[in-house]
Amino acid sequence: MAEKEKKEKIPRQPMPEQDPKVRSRNFEEVPYGYTPELAQKEANRCLQCKKPKCTEGCPVGVKIPEFVNLIAGGDFIGAAKKLKEDNSLPAVCGRVCPQESQCESLCILGKKDEPVAVGRLERFAADYERKQGTVDLPQIPPSTGKKVAVVGSGPAGLTLAGDLVKQGHQVTIFEALHKPGGVLVYGIPEFRLPKAIVDAEVDYLQRLGVEIKYNYVIGKILTVDELFAMGYHAVFLGVGAGLPVFMNIPGENLCGIYSANEYLTRSNLMKAYLFPQYDTPIAVGKHVAVIGGGNVAMDSARTALRLGAETVHIVYRRSKTELPARAEEAHHAEQEGVQFKFLTNPLRYIGNNDGWVTGMECMEMELGEPDESGRRRPVPKKDSNFILDVDLVVVSIGTGANPIITGTVPNLELNKWGYIVADPETGKTSREGVYAGGDIVTGSATVILAMGAGRNSSKAMHEYLMNKSNTVA
Amino acid sequence: MFKIVEKREMAGNTVCHLKIDAPLIAKKAQPGQFVVLRANETGERIPLTMAGNDPAKGTIDIIFQVVGKSTALLRTFNKGDAILDVIGPLGKPTHVEKLGTVICVGGGTGIAVLYPITRAFKEIGNHVISIVGARTKDLLIMEAEMKGVSDEFFVTTDDGSYGRHGFVTDALKDLLDARKDVKLVIGIGPIPMMKFVCKTTEVYGIKTMVSLNTIMVDATGMCGACRATVGGKTQFCCVDGPEFDGHQVNFDELMKRQAAYLKEERQSYERFQKEQR
Ligand SMILES: Cc1cc2nc3c(=O)[nH]c(=O)nc-3n(C[C@H](O)[C@H](O)[C@H](O)COP(=O)(O)OP(=O)(O)OC[C@H]3O[C@@H](n4cnc5c(N)ncnc54)[C@H](O)[C@@H]3O)c2cc1C
Ligand SMILES: Cc1cc2nc3c(=O)[nH]c(=O)nc-3n(C[C@H](O)[C@H](O)[C@H](O)COP(=O)(O)OP(=O)(O)OC[C@H]3O[C@@H](n4cnc5c(N)ncnc54)[C@H](O)[C@@H]3O)c2cc1C
Ligand code: SF4
Ligand code: SF4
Ligand code: FES
Repeated sequence: MAEKEKKEKIPRQPMPEQDPKVRSRNFEEVPYGYTPELAQKEANRCLQCKKPKCTEGCPVGVKIPEFVNLIAGGDFIGAAKKLKEDNSLPAVCGRVCPQESQCESLCILGKKDEPVAVGRLERFAADYERKQGTVDLPQIPPSTGKKVAVVGSGPAGLTLAGDLVKQGHQVTIFEALHKPGGVLVYGIPEFRLPKAIVDAEVDYLQRLGVEIKYNYVIGKILTVDELFAMGYHAVFLGVGAGLPVFMNIPGENLCGIYSANEYLTRSNLMKAYLFPQYDTPIAVGKHVAVIGGGNVAMDSARTALRLGAETVHIVYRRSKTELPARAEEAHHAEQEGVQFKFLTNPLRYIGNNDGWVTGMECMEMELGEPDESGRRRPVPKKDSNFILDVDLVVVSIGTGANPIITGTVPNLELNKWGYIVADPETGKTSREGVYAGGDIVTGSATVILAMGAGRNSSKAMHEYLMNKSNTVA
Repeated sequence: MFKIVEKREMAGNTVCHLKIDAPLIAKKAQPGQFVVLRANETGERIPLTMAGNDPAKGTIDIIFQVVGKSTALLRTFNKGDAILDVIGPLGKPTHVEKLGTVICVGGGTGIAVLYPITRAFKEIGNHVISIVGARTKDLLIMEAEMKGVSDEFFVTTDDGSYGRHGFVTDALKDLLDARKDVKLVIGIGPIPMMKFVCKTTEVYGIKTMVSLNTIMVDATGMCGACRATVGGKTQFCCVDGPEFDGHQVNFDELMKRQAAYLKEERQSYERFQKEQR
């Protein structure tokens, strides 16, 4: 008991980060990460619970007390190895997991004090290992002679590819874009997830023997049936939720109105923030409105600031409590000067003669009865219309299922929104030998859930592949 | 990497033809489809229609007009050089069917896009009438090729330096007045040209297909950069098109969206020209 009280006295260690004024104008990563001293101090706060609650909050069941204990004892490489037993992308998850609603939300310390900073520690251990350059390769068993095609190189596909190659299968990833990582490279900005980290993870997979083919839009250049005909024994579909949703309100096709996908793809994947060194242009708004309240909206708003906007408003139809973004992201956005217009909904856009957006008519909302999601439904407030002057708008109200792949696999069962129907435990679809996981099954979710889906499918696919009767060609 | 196996300058060095080694794309390509190219690591993704493909040799053809940085950069590539990324085949193939008499109208570099489509309509057994136009004689491309796949063939130039003096729409109007059996008009070229082709055919109530060259980024339906209003509804040209019923297209909006990056494009092009000197 005395021990426990003593530990609670150490406050949760903050992570050093760039000054908001400075960082809101550059694309470098916001937090610097823990130093070894800070990490050990934070790790020492953990009570090493016999029945750790924290682990239950992690979708992939990372052995939290064990890896934290290794950090406390100074074995940082050991901690990274422990993490990788359950999570193949700890440097990514430590940065982007919504910890406050997952692992950290259940930490026992959080009852009276602040929870152990699991995410920051995870990031520290993974970064330490990467920087030391000591990532050694596991022993790969002899080839099973089975070939697997993975469509999409997002977190779901990467995780699955790593797991299967480690079991001796031959794995090829087919990626539509010219770079690997899915949303990790085209969506999440550099200041939140440096691309070098994703590259390092992908490099590791390639050293394990995973082959990646870029510029392959499956459904166009090859169909899933053709992949089978080419000798692949099983196929995993991890194509994400790559279809932007617009509001279908008047004026939405004016110039200066982007989907978040386009805005972020231009900036991140195509490096438009480095224009004209890079050829892809991006419109730099003076007065920017971002519609929506999720991580994607925060990323767009913060990108707009960094590109040089004078004012950036997040326009969200519910209130602050319902904001779906990670708390840290909303906090960072606010610190950097992003302004929030809660309980506000756009009705139409106003443009000039050149077809550029100049304004947005909005309406105020109030919260009514709870809807199907359990959140209180926003209802329009009478006579509350007003006009917000804007010259750039980023629509960030969600994404849907892209039909390029799903429309070209005969007999693949889809739900009414066009997502693939797959067994949540195994990723098995209605087509023999075809598995699916990540956002294309669940709708847009999180990196860790996509990775968990990849992991689950890898187990099921391994069993399927090893059962001879399934895969005699 | 995608190797260039042949290069040809056309129309007084304003248009360039590249034959690119891309066996899988060559096997799959159908008339009306396009590829996206990224020339090098700092390059942008630009869409170009395949003017031809040879499944046996594993090559595709692109014919492009030099209008800005990316096309100028592409033109610096020579036989033996390689393009970093070529993605395709993208977009819906042209719906080719036997209808009877079909008029194919092409302007500028649009003729390159029109050529494989014209050939497909001819091969399936239509009576194909082609009208191709350019500002002046030297800028006219692919005359022989187009003539070779047409039953009747007309040329117009804006300045009268070759063929009929006038616009393609003048020739089109005369044809539509003269014959009542035209089932379909296909118009491909600069946006103003397509707009006026549609205006012309609307009067006669003849179905008209156009190919929309909107600005694109991913060209897989992921970003919405390519949106256009067709029949009052938003369509993504890269996956829903690029061909649409021209009478339904909001050309004015299209033209404004095309001009969205004029300032940046100019900056980029001028910077490139300086570097080249
Ligand atoms: C801007 C943004 C910020 C986010 N922030 C967070 C965050 O902070 N924390 C968090 O946990 N989650 C966040 N998310 C959500 C998270 O990124 C996704 O849930 C996750 O990436 C889904 O992984 P996935 O593997 O299913 O698909 P994706 O990451 O979407 O990857 C799919 C891949 O498949 C490729 N592909 C698609 N179609 C084809 C085809 N036909 N042929 C070949 N390849 C194809 C795509 O190009 C892509 O590379 C964010 C998402 C966005 C957009
Ligand atoms: C489906 C499709 C097929 C096409 N086929 C051909 C073809 O066969 N031959 C040909 O000469 N041209 C074709 N184009 C147009 C071609 O893509 C543009 O000319 C090219 O992108 C211009 O790039 P730039 O950097 O040289 O010029 P820029 O200076 O960037 O732009 C000049 C003009 O080209 C257009 N443009 C710019 N960027 C893009 C982009 N990323 N995507 C599309 N258009 C853009 C704009 O209208 C701009 O005003 C096609 C376009 C589409 C959408
Ligand atoms: S993977 Fe995510 S949820 Fe799991 S322990 Fe790490 S940060 Fe927490
Ligand atoms: S619940 Fe908190 S204190 Fe307990 S083991 Fe997990 S991180 Fe440590
Ligand atoms: S170019 Fe991105 S959706 Fe068409």
